[in-house]
Amino acid sequence: MSAFTGTGRLARLALRRDRIKLGIWVLGTPLLGVGLAGSVSDFYPDEPSRVRYAETAATSVVARAFNGPIVGADLGAVVVAETYITLAVLAALVSTFAVVRHTRQNEETGRAELLGAAVVGRYALLTAALLVVVGANVASGVLLGLAFAATGLPLAGSLAAAGAVAGVGVAFTAVAAVTAQLSVTSRGANALAAATVGVAFLLRAAGDVLGERVGLRVESAWPSWLSPLGWGNQVRAFGGERWWVLALPVALLVAGTALAFTLASRRDVGAGLLAARRGPARAAAGLLSPTGLLWRLHRGALLGWAVAVVILGFSMGVAADEVNDMIVENAAAAEAIAALGGGTDLVDAFLAAMLGLFALTLGAYVVQALLRTRADESDGILEAVLATAVSRHRWLLTQISGAVLGAVALMLLAGVSTGLGYGLVAGDALGHALELGGAAVLRLPALLVVAGVVTALFGLAPRWSVALSWAVLMVFLLLGQLGAVLDLPQAVLNLSPYTHVPSVPAVDPAVLPLVLLTGVGAVLLAAGLAGFRHRDVPS
Amino acid sequence: MPVIAIDGLVKSFGAVRALDGLDLRVEAGEVHGFLGPNGSGKSTTIRVLLGLLRRDAGDVRLLDADPWRDAVALHRRLAYVPGDVNLWPNLSGGEAIDLFGALRGGLDRRRRDELLERFDLDPTKKCRAYSKGNRQKVAIVAAFASDVELYVLDEPTSGLDPLMEAVFQEEVRRLTDGGATVLLSSHVLAEVEALCDRVSIIRAGRTVESGTLTELRHLARTTVTVETARPLTGVEELPGVHEVRPVDGRTRLEVQPEHLDELLAYLVRFGVRALTSAPPTLEELFLRHYDGASNGRVPAGAERAR
Repeated sequence: MSAFTGTGRLARLALRRDRIKLGIWVLGTPLLGVGLAGSVSDFYPDEPSRVRYAETAATSVVARAFNGPIVGADLGAVVVAETYITLAVLAALVSTFAVVRHTRQNEETGRAELLGAAVVGRYALLTAALLVVVGANVASGVLLGLAFAATGLPLAGSLAAAGAVAGVGVAFTAVAAVTAQLSVTSRGANALAAATVGVAFLLRAAGDVLGERVGLRVESAWPSWLSPLGWGNQVRAFGGERWWVLALPVALLVAGTALAFTLASRRDVGAGLLAARRGPARAAAGLLSPTGLLWRLHRGALLGWAVAVVILGFSMGVAADEVNDMIVENAAAAEAIAALGGGTDLVDAFLAAMLGLFALTLGAYVVQALLRTRADESDGILEAVLATAVSRHRWLLTQISGAVLGAVALMLLAGVSTGLGYGLVAGDALGHALELGGAAVLRLPALLVVAGVVTALFGLAPRWSVALSWAVLMVFLLLGQLGAVLDLPQAVLNLSPYTHVPSVPAVDPAVLPLVLLTGVGAVLLAAGLAGFRHRDVPS
Repeated sequence: MPVIAIDGLVKSFGAVRALDGLDLRVEAGEVHGFLGPNGSGKSTTIRVLLGLLRRDAGDVRLLDADPWRDAVALHRRLAYVPGDVNLWPNLSGGEAIDLFGALRGGLDRRRRDELLERFDLDPTKKCRAYSKGNRQKVAIVAAFASDVELYVLDEPTSGLDPLMEAVFQEEVRRLTDGGATVLLSSHVLAEVEALCDRVSIIRAGRTVESGTLTELRHLARTTVTVETARPLTGVEELPGVHEVRPVDGRTRLEVQPEHLDELLAYLVRFGVRALTSAPPTLEELFLRHYDGASNGRVPAGAERAR
């Protein structure tokens, strides 16, 4: 029996377990790529519009930081600039989570022990995970390349662009293989790998911002070369492809695999190289109530959201000032922004559209925060808590308050940081921060309705609450983003609470819809509380 | 006034009738064993008692109150150890214990520290790092450090080693010495025999036996093995005699205790050379209920299940 015995079987097992998750991603990536490419060619149909795009993209700090270095004014180059970072970060995270799921998570749950006792070699589990995830990246890359080519883009550039995305997935497969050896928990391994993705993004952004403009191209500075996310840009798909750069992720895969094997051979099954952290032997007084517990369980996620919201809001605020230059000559883009934001002033429309996007995104925060109630119920934690002197009412109200107050804080941060970013460039930072902070608060009634929907589902249809909550939010999201574009009838658009919040600062605030939305939210919350009061736990 | 009084409790989940007219009576100060095969309805009964599940029919009184309506007030007077303990993965064991104590309305810190030591539990470990047995210890320490009238324990020791089992038994005795009542659902027969004053056995959602262990033994049949000088005939006709079969030239049979006298009188006529008689072991007693109704009295639930 060699150290690799059983790899094939384990790989098949991993494929079987992941057939849905990886399947959606492998097939979804080319679909997403084609969809994004299609909308780009609608926006920038001719050479002059693309040259203007490339000029802005090469100059704008925000565009460089978020979209990477532009490589030219070909349609393919614009498509890559608009799609690469989304697809690459997706590939990085999907690969990371998949590797950890099939390595450290198996050890954490004890499945690895069960498998290790069978005829399975020491390295088989890790090798199987790497085979499956690298294979999925290759498959997804080939499909993406063919999909780009099918839209009429040049074949070489299409393959290079897809290779760049797959390369990022492969690079982070290697990173996750190492972090899975370091941390004893899959959560820790995921967090380490995701943090690496974040650092890679920042390095790339820094290198691309500091880079030099050469005509319609940006030559990135050295930090971009340290980042696997930056390597994809350096392939320069559709701009004189540099194929050799694709060797970098492959080299990282080889090195990472070798390191992971070395680490794996030096530790016991289930153990890690980073010691598990210990906690206090006694609880601090602040923890000892439902509210204290809620804060303790949610503060990490809340902080993460806050950091993301502030960075994004600030960047969007800075970008708002560039909106006039960037699209003043592009009727299609201006029309899209006006449709999203409303009103006549393009900057105000852009700011309003950004606040609308924040409100939609924070809907996801509300849903995931409130759905922890259902997770607690499924885990049996809720049963243990309700067997103490905490009433159902008090417990659920605490959860609702936590989610709603979290949304209030995040929405305020989003508005204020957007205002600050815009104000720093356009002047009157404080005034804009206050104005947009106020405008952001006016979006909250829509979030209250989202909280009401989740609570009502949890109280009245607990078994369906997880799937239906996310489905409802997706419908709101689609109505908000596509409704105006697809010319859906107003009656359909009215189903989403986001349709009714006034698009401040682009239009004047209106009181009645806010009062009505708050009322609907309150009714849904009350229905959820009443349903929960009268139902079985667990059910 | 009994601490727990359940009469004719019915609870259905969809088409499945989990509890089908269950009765249970637990008196103050006793350790009551609550036994039955997996899926027989023990945990469902306990959840009804905790006000987590709503009953469909029947009377349930807990500490002379309604467990559904008066849940919060009742929960200050009881402590619960679930069968499958799940905890917050990022809290330490010590934090989880203090939290449960505080949510229940306070806990005795000296008792808590003493119990941590007795159960040899490291309170600084994160809950995600605990084994099943250690998670159970967290729940046990949190419950036992609370000064309450009733302890509801749902298979609390299924993950504990024998040493910890002994500590557990001592600590349960300490609770009852202090006047508390314990409802103990368990599959560990030695534990039941050592701790329980009375037991109730349930099957398919119904109570099939209830009483002290001695009383239950009387209900079960004694196994008799006899060797006689002349071939033993006609013994199966006797009242209360069952399962007669030859074993190595001897005869083995089962007899209801109240008919033992008549059996012995009959056997003497065939010239008894050797005779052993064995009362039912606890295991046989339970297996009879767990395993269906092949021997003797047919439990009500089993009959219905066929």
